[in-house]
Amino acid sequence: MRSISTGLITETVKNAFLRANYDIGADITECLEKSRREEISPLGRDILGDILLNDEIARTERIAACQDTGMAVVFAYIGQDARIEGGDFNEAVEEGVRQAYSEGYLRKSVVSDPLFDRRNTGDNTPAVIYTEIVPGDRIRFDVTAKGFGSENMSAVRMLTPAAGVEGVLDFIEETVSKAGPNPCPPLVVGVCVGGTMDKAAVLAKKATMRPVGTHNSDPRYAGLEDEALKRINKLGIGPGGFGGSTTALAVNIDFFPTHIAGLPVAVNICCHVARHASAEI
Amino acid sequence: MSEERKRLQIPCSEEEYRSLRAGDRLLISGTLYTARDAAHKRLCALLDEGRELPFDIRGQVIYYVGPAPTPPGYAIGSAGPTTSYRMDKYAPRLLDAGLKGMIGKGLRNDEVKASMKKNGAVYFAATGGAAALIARSIISSEVIAYEDLGTEAVRKLEVRDMPVIVAVDPDGNDAYEAGREECRAALASL
Ligand code: SF4
Repeated sequence: MRSISTGLITETVKNAFLRANYDIGADITECLEKSRREEISPLGRDILGDILLNDEIARTERIAACQDTGMAVVFAYIGQDARIEGGDFNEAVEEGVRQAYSEGYLRKSVVSDPLFDRRNTGDNTPAVIYTEIVPGDRIRFDVTAKGFGSENMSAVRMLTPAAGVEGVLDFIEETVSKAGPNPCPPLVVGVCVGGTMDKAAVLAKKATMRPVGTHNSDPRYAGLEDEALKRINKLGIGPGGFGGSTTALAVNIDFFPTHIAGLPVAVNICCHVARHASAEI
Repeated sequence: MSEERKRLQIPCSEEEYRSLRAGDRLLISGTLYTARDAAHKRLCALLDEGRELPFDIRGQVIYYVGPAPTPPGYAIGSAGPTTSYRMDKYAPRLLDAGLKGMIGKGLRNDEVKASMKKNGAVYFAATGGAAALIARSIISSEVIAYEDLGTEAVRKLEVRDMPVIVAVDPDGNDAYEAGREECRAALASL
């Protein structure tokens, strides 16, 4: 048994959210630079240039890259030989979110009741927390600050097995096409094929956090990623939605076994401000 | 920048608003008011009750933004546009009351476009996600109503050379639709 204090958990989560909101990943920056060189629209090239400049300002001045600093989503992988000491695990995570959003000048965007009062909770909690028990004695956190301009354009559909590869590609393309300029293209598109409705949605969220430029280790799904990206970038939506060849930076596809009767597909849209960070303690 | 950006002082005359064309790239300076979902709901409720709005909306421009908190030494926190369609339900009401411009991002519905045409109003787009960059063009920010709404409060902003694109002009031309169609055709023939 290795003991991990709740204080360290809070500190780790806090720092991860600060980094996620200030430091857009090198994978995104490289991909934006490459897209700017290849973009067919002059206005699109300028918009990509503005985005690169924006991310540079955020990184050097330690300010939020986007004003929508998102809803906090935390994936915690807890080693079964770790012992959490000093209090409640979930509360320690929430406290990390609270501290990051108040001390880091990040926007508080969470309302307590979704339908009736819609009152802002004032500290961006609660976070959406997923825990998984894994081998080992450490805890790994993967966090993402999920903006809702893009979250609102996401979709889940329960296809029939007969829909097959074409059905999956059509649904991904349709979701991005319908979203148009709304989710701040260029996008990172996270997809999960299979599982149940809820499993597909969670794995699609995780897929948005995979670095752009990486591929699914299964060559069939890697091929599907390339094909989906090609189709999306032919839609013409472009940077900021004013037309262009850069509508998405990446389509990251994951899969999970499913039922004989089903083919669930979840498409989680993320904007170019793809904010995520990882830390292990 | 590959194209010259015209400068525009806001608020401007009715003729100047009417002369703007979809696709124009502008640097705007002057006064803006901020409002998003919750503030729109309250503003429209006031109009429904026949009461006065917290600011004179005639001829003005509303920026759809909920800024991040202001760090020390800054005029405002990061402040990029939010998605405009959520305000579609309220926009025609405000346009009828004299609003002449909206700044946001993303598509508007036909009702809003028809109301813009009727009222000679303009819909500008700012680059979504370029919030730290856009904040540099905001010189001052003051909450003038609905402080209880936090980031969604109504603010009066002074801006200098804020970069925007005319997304929909008062004749109903839509730069999003035109740009996408042109590029889709170009990409299909590649
Ligand atoms: S969709 Fe992304 S880039 Fe656009 S406003 Fe929301 S968080 Fe910012």
